[in-house]
Amino acid sequence: MKKLLSTLLAVSMVATLLVGCGNSGAAESTGTDAATTEAGSASGETFKIGGIGPVTGGAAVYGLAVKNGAQIAIDEINEAGGINGYQIEYNFQDDECDAEKSVNAYNALKDWDMDILMGTVTSGCCVAVTPKTAEDNMFQVTPSGSSVDILSAGNGNVFQVCFTDPNQGIASAQYIGQKKLATKIGIIYDSSDVYSTGIYEKFTAEAPNQGLEIVAAEAFTADNKTDFTTQLQKIKDAGAELVFLPFYYTEATLVLQQASTMGFAPKFFGCDGLDGILSVENFDTSLAEGVILLTPFAADSSDDATVSFVKKYGELTGGETPNQFAADAYDAIYTIKAALESANATPDMEVSAICDAAKAAMTTISVDGLTGQGMTWAETGEVNKAPKAVVITDGAYKSMD
Amino acid sequence: MSFLNYCINGLSLGSVYAIIALGYTMVYGIAKMLNFAHGDVIMVAGFVIYTMMNSLGVNPIVAVLISVIVCTALGVTIEKIAYKPLRKATPLAVLITAIGVSYFLQNLALLIFGSDTKMFTSVVKVPQLKLGEIIITGETIVTIIACIIIMVCLTLFIKKTKAGQAMLAVSEDKDAAELMGINVNATISLTFAIGSGLAAIAGALLCSQYTSLTPYTGAMPGIKAFVAAVFGGIGSIPGALIGGLLLGVIENLSKAYISSQMADAIVFSVLIIVLLVKPTGILGKKINEKV
Repeated sequence: MKKLLSTLLAVSMVATLLVGCGNSGAAESTGTDAATTEAGSASGETFKIGGIGPVTGGAAVYGLAVKNGAQIAIDEINEAGGINGYQIEYNFQDDECDAEKSVNAYNALKDWDMDILMGTVTSGCCVAVTPKTAEDNMFQVTPSGSSVDILSAGNGNVFQVCFTDPNQGIASAQYIGQKKLATKIGIIYDSSDVYSTGIYEKFTAEAPNQGLEIVAAEAFTADNKTDFTTQLQKIKDAGAELVFLPFYYTEATLVLQQASTMGFAPKFFGCDGLDGILSVENFDTSLAEGVILLTPFAADSSDDATVSFVKKYGELTGGETPNQFAADAYDAIYTIKAALESANATPDMEVSAICDAAKAAMTTISVDGLTGQGMTWAETGEVNKAPKAVVITDGAYKSMD
Repeated sequence: MSFLNYCINGLSLGSVYAIIALGYTMVYGIAKMLNFAHGDVIMVAGFVIYTMMNSLGVNPIVAVLISVIVCTALGVTIEKIAYKPLRKATPLAVLITAIGVSYFLQNLALLIFGSDTKMFTSVVKVPQLKLGEIIITGETIVTIIACIIIMVCLTLFIKKTKAGQAMLAVSEDKDAAELMGINVNATISLTFAIGSGLAAIAGALLCSQYTSLTPYTGAMPGIKAFVAAVFGGIGSIPGALIGGLLLGVIENLSKAYISSQMADAIVFSVLIIVLLVKPTGILGKKINEKV
């Protein structure tokens, strides 16, 4: 028995080693990519920007999009001469959407001498990592971490490119009200998730101001997230014309499918968590037809910046269409650039000095990005930009207006 | 009308619990061990069918049959490697090992398939039944029929065949059974083989009903099914069916009429109350320990 146990232990240790190797291998390869592009700059005088997000696992759609979106921005900046004349080195670490792994990834990036953190991608991980960056006083821009807890976990060193969750709730209610999409609203939300409950609470508070009546609000929990028939039945019986789905696309695929089986076809409206639903392997996208998402980016927009970004993203990923997360990451890198330029920061400054200079600059700059024109930031780290929505038509995201 | 709809939804959910609970209760009834890895064998079955159908384009029925074979082999292997060496150990050691096996299977699936959700294509091709406002899905009909067939077959197998009788003997007294010339190890292996084969069928039906597939797909239904088995009287085969269906209906009715958030808490409170009133579960038999 002992022998068996020790063999098992040995095997698992070897397995961990192998997994470890795989990760560092990937990191090295991005490192060398960056190194080749910055070959011209002397004596390693570069801005080292680290990224953290899920490249594998359930939220990998987000992480990969952010990784690639940021890569495009960095390549563009390096080609155009860098930030204040210094090239950028980029290192993206996987956290599998796990808070503990995210902190490990942060420590790994610190060992790599990171100057600035672009991350993390998901709110839960970001809430775990931000106290560490606050402690180190490291300048942090999260492309898609949308919880308000992220801002309160920092010391003013963290800035968001996307809306905070509560603001998404308010923006959703305003959007539905102003566009007169419906008046009777049913809601399903994940009561075990901060992202979902945050949006739900603000949405419910804002709804009466917009003339919306919430006829049913049903919850589910992380342990019970496959069967939504009862919630849908209640919402159907309550006569809802629009069902608000403030949660992630994994559960949304099941909700849409079960609603279709029931013959229940209201309008469905979601937030940025639904972004990615069209990329789920083997999902019948016709079920998502007509679903509306509050998201700041639509890949079919015809403005030059979006067209060029979509083209570069396709070249980098072999034909994929970027989602909102990729655009958020692209904007995050340009936001970092704008802040560093405004602050006249240089890579030889201490991490903490870069942070102090950059965060003072953040409230003064205005960035025209893919996800909004004239984005500005409050001292708290919240972004200010106009909400936009897309509707899923023929299996693709189309701008609403 | 909605009440009936809620009940039907409850039955669909309950039928899935029931079919998983059948495997649980069967292994517990014979081997007297809680195979916590049962839910994860179900997940493995899901992935086998998914891979067969989506990557290799195999016919759904053939895919299910292959998954039954794979899971049976897996069950026997797990039993040989993880449980057999612990035959004489305390039940607690076996229980912990079972939890270990469960994590092992989850992480193995994570390594091979990654944790992104896969959309499973239903293997059931039965059309849904529409009675006015009430809709019963083909998956529910098939699951309930499968439960009943499995229940009857298992009962007949245990009552009428030699191997079944051997199982019964082993469940009552391992040592005495051995003295009577029954190969206890082979009998327990057979139990695991059947239990895991059933898990494969349960996996096919679970994933057809709730079409998202991740390495954790089996974990929560596995626990719920365990509750259903205890509810119906663990070790009792008809008990598993009744326990599963009741659990599903109670869960959905409490979601509908009390609180969708508290549904799980209510389900577990019902379990506690049932166990307080009738510690052996609904159909469980009290076995007097002879001293």
